[in-house]
Parts: sequence; structure tokens; C-alpha cells
Amino acid sequence: MPELASGTAIADGLFTETPEGPRLIGSRCGVCGTVTFPRQGSCAKCTSTDVEEHLLARRGALWSWTVQRFRPKTPPYAGPEADEFEPYGVGYVELPGECRVEALLTEADPDALRIGMPMEVTLLPARRADGSEAVTFGFQPVAEDEE
Amino acid sequence: MSGEDVAIVGAGLHPFGRHEGVSGLDMAAVAARAALKDAGLGWEDIQFAAGGSDAAGNADTSVSVLGLTGIPFINVKNGCATGGSALTTAHAMILAGEADVALVVGFDKHPPGAFNALPEEYGNGAWYGETGLMLTTQFFAMKIQRYMEMHGISEETLAKVAAKAFVNGSRNEDAWRRRPLSVEEILGARMVNDPLTQYMFCSPGEGAAALVLARGKRAREITPDPVYLRSVAFRTRKFGSFEVYSPSIPVEDGTPPTTEAARAAFEQAGIGPEDVAVAQLQDTESGAEVMHLAETGFCAHGEQERLIAEGATEIDGRLPINTDGGCLANGEPIGASGLRQVVEVTRQLRGRAGDRQVPGDPKVGFTHVYGAPGVSACTVLAR
Repeated sequence: MPELASGTAIADGLFTETPEGPRLIGSRCGVCGTVTFPRQGSCAKCTSTDVEEHLLARRGALWSWTVQRFRPKTPPYAGPEADEFEPYGVGYVELPGECRVEALLTEADPDALRIGMPMEVTLLPARRADGSEAVTFGFQPVAEDEE
Repeated sequence: MSGEDVAIVGAGLHPFGRHEGVSGLDMAAVAARAALKDAGLGWEDIQFAAGGSDAAGNADTSVSVLGLTGIPFINVKNGCATGGSALTTAHAMILAGEADVALVVGFDKHPPGAFNALPEEYGNGAWYGETGLMLTTQFFAMKIQRYMEMHGISEETLAKVAAKAFVNGSRNEDAWRRRPLSVEEILGARMVNDPLTQYMFCSPGEGAAALVLARGKRAREITPDPVYLRSVAFRTRKFGSFEVYSPSIPVEDGTPPTTEAARAAFEQAGIGPEDVAVAQLQDTESGAEVMHLAETGFCAHGEQERLIAEGATEIDGRLPINTDGGCLANGEPIGASGLRQVVEVTRQLRGRAGDRQVPGDPKVGFTHVYGAPGVSACTVLAR
């Protein structure tokens, strides 16, 4: 996996590259252990401000999903224009003992998506509101023989 | 509670739908006048008012149309709980002795198509919207998708909820969607966000609703058939509840705001779900009505599949739900929907619901709104 060039990510502080592949950057409460993504300065459960950066697990299980069949309005959507728009998958992936992360899915075929299927984090092309190209995170199904 | 009664003595609507050239504030004034006429009162009789919209202006601007009487008028802008918040405020002001007669109004006017909320207004980064995650339709679809898997709800049940809404809407002259649709048409319609098709979603729309409230003694002077506001409860989300616009949620499940608000409303009223004869539940999409049936305490999770198959939620069923067609048939003008529900239950309890009147002389009703970013308001109403 190549090093992510500065300014390529859709936003700072969302994800990072590691030798094992991309990891999401969350935070973990030093008092109650609650994990949140993206990272935040206080804990939503116990209100403590004793929170530390925490890299999330790369793999989890699909908790729920849908397929976004219509092009969202701009703003805020900055993806392909109507003539190039393709439906995309969206889901929550449960990272065991951490949290359930909402993300784009690489799979948009409803027959290929099922609750509980193993998924892993990956990087996907995206576009910012100013039209510039960027990279965002998403989840892809893990091939059964890799489980 | 003080033991004082607060009652609804007048209820009015501006029809829901699309009204080109009519502003949200114009609709608010029409609804307010209709509620006043229903109560047999004039604007000069109102001592306090509260109201608002999400996207159609400040409610108190309507005083320039209704009359400049100098009364305190609190503008409310609280998302899907705008109407419920206005009602909570007026109810509390009457109980506090600040007014004997009050008016609440909710209205809105949204352009066609899905809502396009901006991520920054909900505490999310711009990336969340840019990459296509900032949609309420995705949230509702993923919530019901999971719920169907966990509790055995079928796609046909989702379609039956929508079919009921359109049948009820066809009997309501103030509704927007008045053409009945079959279960097959609904299931076969364009898929919007799996598992929800086009006709399973409500559409952002236009409309207004207003109520006149009075302290009990005064209410009984105004009208022979007041409907008592036994309770109104408003709650925001707690940790662990699955809510719209959430980049992540905890692995532990929390109690949804709907359950918290419904429980509080029933407790305050001293009335249980088993006593309710007619209810209006937030049906942003048909799955929401299914889930809210259990979240509000009307049935156990999973029981909806059988209840809906039996017709229990139809007008002549055991627990009629969304008798005016709900959001599915009326559309969703955010500021107006919560009060529309109360207007409908008021009409049902007074026996004035015409072609859609619930049989058997209903005496207790319930309303529930839910919306972004995790708010719910419930009322218990009784004759």
C-alpha cells in the first residue's frame, strides 16, 4: 500500500496508512473505555475529557446496510454528476468491542450484501465540494478464504 | 404535576401538499384562524403563543397578519420536534399560570426531493456530506433493514403499512396523497434505499397545523367537548441509541428517545398503551411506523408482523394508527407534522373525523413524533 500523500485524504484525522493497510482514527475514553469514530475531545457516554487517539480494528462484521439508489443533493454531496452517478452501498460495520462505523461499501449489489458478513476497511476515490479529487475510507467484503 | 387540567378547545389545519404561491407563514395564519374558529374565539382572546417551522420562517411574524395584540410569542425551531416543543411550552405556560388561553402553530414549506441537511449543522465534518452519507433515507433504511433481520418483519408488511396510509389519506380531504395504492404497486415501485421503495417513504412537503389550548375551567366554558392534554413529553437521544447522521454508534444498544418520551408521557398521564383507542406514530417511512409501534409500547418487538397482517392498525382495527394517512399520505412539512397528529387525534376523540372516524366512541389517543438528530415528543389525549 503506497504512502498516502499529504492533502489527499478527504479530511484530516479520519484515517492513516499502516503496514497492514489503512486504519480509521478514533478515540478511546480513558475512564470508561468507550470508543468513538471520528475522534472527539470528550466521551459521549461518561462526559470525561480524558480521551486518547485509538486506531480502530481493520475488520468487522456488517451490522446493517442499504443501497443509495438516487443521487444525493448538492450541497452537500460532491460525488459524480447525475449522468455518471452509480448507486453505492452504505453500511454500519461493527468492529468488535469498539464501535459500529458508518461507511461507503465497495459492494452495491443487494444480493451480495448480508448482515453479519465479514468486512475490512479500504480506501476509495472521492471528491470534495471544490471539485478536487480525494481519498476517503470504506469497507469491502473479505473473501471467504481470507476469514 | 399541579393537578390542573389543560385542554385543547380548537384545532385547525392548512391542507398538506404543494401550494404554489402560498408562503409557510400564510399557511400558518390559515391554520391558526381555523383553530380559533373551531374554538369560537378570536385572536384577541389568545394570551400566549408558541410555534415555528424548520425552513419557512419565524412563527411570530404571523402576528402581523393575525393582529398586533402584544402577547408573548415564542418562536420554536427544534427540527422534527418543533410542534411538540411548541406544545410543551404552551402547556407549561398554562400550568405555570402565565396564560389561560394559548395558541400553538407549526408550519413548513420544503422543496421537492430528499432533505439536504448540511453536515456542519449536525456536528459532522464536510467529508460526511461530500461522500454521500448525509441522508435521512439511509438511516431509516438501515434501521429497518436490521430490525427486519432481528425481528422477522417482511417486506410485505412494509408495503401494507404504506397501503393503509394511502387508503386513510383517500378519506382525508386535507391529505396530499389521496390515491389508494395496492401492496403489489408499492412493492414493485422504484427502490429508493433498500429495502424501501418510493411509496414507502414520505416526501418533504408543505402544510400547517394549529391548536388552541385552555386551562380546564376556561376550556369547559369555551366548548362542550374539550380534549384534555393529559401529558406531553419531549426527549433527546441517550448514549447507545441508533440515530440519524451518526458516523459511528456504540456497540452497546441504548434506549431510543421514542421509548423514553412515550414512557414519560404514559407515566405522567397515568394511562397505559392498553387504554389507547387511536394513535398517530411518526411514519417517515413505513418501517418507522412498524418500529415505533413497539418502541412506544403498543406491542412487543416482532409482534407487528402478525398485528399488521390481522389489520389491527387499520381504522376499524383494534389499534388504529395514522388514521389521517400519516406522513406517508400527508407529506412531511417538518414544523407542522407533530401538531397535525394532535389535530387528528382531537378530531377522532370528538367524533368529528368524518369518513375516517374510528368506530366505538374512542376516549383516549396518543401521538408520537421522531426526527433528527434523535428527538421525540409524545402526547396522551383524553376526553
